[in-house]
Amino acid sequence: MKSKSNLERVLEAGHFAVTGELGPPASADAEVIRKKARILKGHVDAFNITDGQTAVVRMASWAAAVMGKQEGMDPIVQMTCRDRNRIALQMDVLGIAALGINNMLCLTGDHQKFGNHPAARGVYDLDSIQLLKMVRDMRDEKKFQCGDDIAVEPRLFIGAAENPFADPFEFRVPRLAKKVEAGADFIQTQIIYNVDKFAEWMKGVRDRGLHERVKILAGVAPIKSMGAARYMKTRVPGMDVPDSVLERLQGAPTKEQVSRQGINLCVDIIKQVREIEGVAGIHLMAIEWEEVVPEIVEAAGLLPRPVLPE
Amino acid sequence: MLAVQIKAKEEILPLISSKRLFIFECLGCRDVHYPVEEAQELIGSLDEEIVGKATLDYLCHRDYSREYIKAYAPEIDEAQVILVFSCGVGAQVLSSLLEDRKVYTGCDTLYLSGFQGLTAKEYNCGQCGECYLNYTGGLCPVALCSKNLLNGPCGGSQNGKCEVDPDMPCVWQQIYDRLARLGQLETMERLGAPKRWNASPLQ
Repeated sequence: MKSKSNLERVLEAGHFAVTGELGPPASADAEVIRKKARILKGHVDAFNITDGQTAVVRMASWAAAVMGKQEGMDPIVQMTCRDRNRIALQMDVLGIAALGINNMLCLTGDHQKFGNHPAARGVYDLDSIQLLKMVRDMRDEKKFQCGDDIAVEPRLFIGAAENPFADPFEFRVPRLAKKVEAGADFIQTQIIYNVDKFAEWMKGVRDRGLHERVKILAGVAPIKSMGAARYMKTRVPGMDVPDSVLERLQGAPTKEQVSRQGINLCVDIIKQVREIEGVAGIHLMAIEWEEVVPEIVEAAGLLPRPVLPE
Repeated sequence: MLAVQIKAKEEILPLISSKRLFIFECLGCRDVHYPVEEAQELIGSLDEEIVGKATLDYLCHRDYSREYIKAYAPEIDEAQVILVFSCGVGAQVLSSLLEDRKVYTGCDTLYLSGFQGLTAKEYNCGQCGECYLNYTGGLCPVALCSKNLLNGPCGGSQNGKCEVDPDMPCVWQQIYDRLARLGQLETMERLGAPKRWNASPLQ
């Protein structure tokens, strides 16, 4: 084992993994984190803690992860290159590992233009692929990016994101291959609504044998309202929301029934992606709607979650 | 325009090895900082066949460069690789005018506060030291990608546009298209290493 990660154990044991997601508050309120963590507990194998998602200032991912750890869970710290250069990134990697956190997701980060401090200067000293390789080399080679030795290496289970729906589509499998080459142990994909296109991408992944070198978790998310569906279709870059999804939600007469349809659709997509060869699990993103996670995981037939000794 | 330093021979050799070369050398800004002797030394040390060499001024000026290419057309046609000794603007102008040709730069462009040269507005060169144009089909991801990715395109590239600004082209889509045209898509899979931002001896 590369780490003490519960997610790694679950995947290595061959279980279909479930990861969740928790957005820290835009405040110093620790109770919010604990409440959300308790909802997810027992329903996911590990959960991501976002790192200033959409470039809005929120509690630090590592700090919220420590609280999640105190709740007896296995947090995945998201680490972005937007706000830190290679010096700060490596300092955080050491600190996170020393705090007993076992997982890190390496991202470039949402552009500062989309957040609440659009005048901020973006750092982008490294990109996500360079960050992956740096963290992998810190763990496996016991070397800093500059080449200096590390006495005690950070034993992290290292993840990355990939978007099968962005352009150019033909480059999306090769780009995954780059992330595997750079050191990704697991991948969480962009939210899937177009299952056919995702299946086509997975075929390319299998053709290159990448599914045997990296654990691929399919990204899924329930849609809460028509407004959210339309927003994702038209305004969120890199999202592919087919018309059939909007039609299915439109058929519901009340807001509550739209949400209900959104949850059902999510469960259906989980069942479909589970059938695709090479998919090792799901990454369920119910940001600010964490309370539906237990229900979705149960309806998808993914309970109980395996309990494996360290 | 601007100030350059000559790349290490080991960095250039894999790109030009055993190829017939045409060399462009720009002296437009030699008084700013162009190491003439180092360039000569590198060119003189190459074992590759040099089918032609043009020492000129202001490759950054698109109209000038267009005329230069016309004047040297037969030699350029005969070459397999065009090797450019100029700043990043000159190299980008030439590669945009020679879209079907492999155009490589032999120089890193160094940061020079306040001096923007002749036509820097049109072709963005961030004067950022270690130059990546040799791996991106002559299009600069540092200056033209919102997150200056060296391993793009990110997940926000859609329909050729950048997620940050719908009016802005995704330079990584352009890089992909250019490398596809040159039959060099394997270059897209090269792991771009962390960049040396400190390459400037002038700082």
